[in-house]
Amino acid sequence: MSLATNPGQLPRASVNAVFATQTKKPANMGQILRWMVLFLGGILMIAPIVYMISTSLKWPHEVYNVNLIPEEPTIENYTYVLEDGRFYLWFVNSIIIALITTVSNLFFDSLVGYTLCKFRFPGRYIVFIAILSTLMIPTEMLVIPWYTMSQAFGWLDSYWGIMFPGLMTAFGTFLMKQFFESVPNDFLEAARIDGLNEFQIWWKIAMPLVKPALAALAIFVFLGNWTAFLWPLIVTNSVEMYTVPVGLSGFGDEVDVAWELIMTGAAISTIPTLIVFLIFQRFIIRGVVMAGLKG
Amino acid sequence: MANLSLHKLTKSYGKVEVLHGIDLDIKDGEFVVFVGPSGCGKSTSLRMIAGLEDITAGEIRIGDRVVNNLEPKDRDIAMVFQNYAIYPHMTVRKNIAFGLWTSSLSKAEKAKRIEDVARILDMTDLLERKPSQLSGGQRQRVAIGRAMVRQPAVFLFDEPLSNLDAQLRTQMRLEIKKLHQQVGNTIIFVTHDQVEAMTLADRIVIMKDGHIQQVGTPEEVFYSPANTFVAQFIGAPSMNMINITGGGEEIRLKSGGSINPGKTTQDGREMLLGVRPDDLTIETDNPIVTGKVVVREPLGSETLIYVNGPDGEIVAKVPGKSGVLVGDDVKLGAAPETLHFFDTETGAALL
Repeated sequence: MSLATNPGQLPRASVNAVFATQTKKPANMGQILRWMVLFLGGILMIAPIVYMISTSLKWPHEVYNVNLIPEEPTIENYTYVLEDGRFYLWFVNSIIIALITTVSNLFFDSLVGYTLCKFRFPGRYIVFIAILSTLMIPTEMLVIPWYTMSQAFGWLDSYWGIMFPGLMTAFGTFLMKQFFESVPNDFLEAARIDGLNEFQIWWKIAMPLVKPALAALAIFVFLGNWTAFLWPLIVTNSVEMYTVPVGLSGFGDEVDVAWELIMTGAAISTIPTLIVFLIFQRFIIRGVVMAGLKG
Repeated sequence: MANLSLHKLTKSYGKVEVLHGIDLDIKDGEFVVFVGPSGCGKSTSLRMIAGLEDITAGEIRIGDRVVNNLEPKDRDIAMVFQNYAIYPHMTVRKNIAFGLWTSSLSKAEKAKRIEDVARILDMTDLLERKPSQLSGGQRQRVAIGRAMVRQPAVFLFDEPLSNLDAQLRTQMRLEIKKLHQQVGNTIIFVTHDQVEAMTLADRIVIMKDGHIQQVGTPEEVFYSPANTFVAQFIGAPSMNMINITGGGEEIRLKSGGSINPGKTTQDGREMLLGVRPDDLTIETDNPIVTGKVVVREPLGSETLIYVNGPDGEIVAKVPGKSGVLVGDDVKLGAAPETLHFFDTETGAALL
């Protein structure tokens, strides 16, 4: 919301700046309050990240001191994590899993969402409700059936085992269906007359028109899978199959958790999410604005 | 290019029948306009011809093929939509090229066709632009270009001008008419605007509530409307309707005048007398309408006057310099051959 309102207020602020030079009128209370709330929100958001980076620069004995600036900053932890071959494996595992899941979600969620949105067929509403209702089932309830399934099919301790529950999501399907509502049917009919088949209409006409939604979904899915912990922890056994979050949790020994190493790994693993976000954020902001307009 | 014929074309949504067995033959190269108020079934008919709506019953033929079960792309048609429906993420050139999606032409031939179309529509300079960089009129031209490039047997236009502002609409109307004279394809054009219908059509199909009311040239539907609906729908302002009672060969009017319908009328039979505002003139000899002017709308060369009298409110178009003022008592007459008679019950034209 703040992103949407700020640009609108910019001209007024600058007009004030021009005309208020002599009187120095204070900014109005609403503005000040808004900034304070935003500032507090910003602090809340950034604090864990700052603390994570700070901890990653500390020696083990200093980890439990709550000071932001390490007394003796060190990059020893980074050297250790990066030199430990396992971290690379986990990193690659995470990348592979997050990328494949993201691509799969973009493809299948929008395919199903499009079908539910643009085609009239008997039972369409029931299918939609059935998909939506799965949103109400918590992951904690699902991991046991998933595990039984994985065991039965021999998927334990494999990429497929880690990925299969998230290759399509009800949320993504719902999101895409809602966005396809904003694509006028005339485009699709025009394409039908031009002679495209239904798959081509979806791929060549409808998909490019919902890019903002795809970008948003890409970020959601990538982040979700990159940070996923519970299921990868359950389904993997061998250290080589761990993802970054699972692997990091195992740093340290039975008695001691090596927080400085965990934080170092976490700091490194935020880099891909930052990249994904930077690539797609232009679209996602536009997507939010667009979603607002379409109601 | 080809004839197109509709035979007992019917459309139902569930149990509701919206199109009640339309019969129509359209000749090769004809410009036919479907016109009627919203909900009359004109767009539905067009979409059924295009293949975008299922046919409940009846038959559509394009050329000598029954196309009922053909996909839109196989019907040899092209369609221009009300809101253009040009793909926003593609350049004008790509948009037009999409019209050739199914064509088996070589790349060079396709490129040449696109260039040709762009030249005819005067948008060669716009080919590399995106739709967002075009004005409404230009977008509509791209949509027409995408249809033209297919060189279809039949062009279908679904209210293509209703999103344009008044000036542009008049301009595009002219361009479409010129285009038709140039390429000579069969065109079916849907609109709710009777002026558009009159100016463009070779033949007008006037529809209401899923029935065809009348099919005819613009002159036919204007001068010989089949019923009160057509009479009042075509022409602006609408034809005045006056309740009269038959009385032999001469009918006495409330205005004190009398008219001769040209045929013996049944004594005491209720009828409607239709007279166009344009046909009413100020005259005192044998007035059809009398009353007081309540509103005056000057249009420049002409002035519309609304006259309130014993027959209700009547509109007349008088010369701009006639000097009639609000509050004046006027007597209006009309030449006998300009009068129309309708059955009060059925609305059908009499005589």
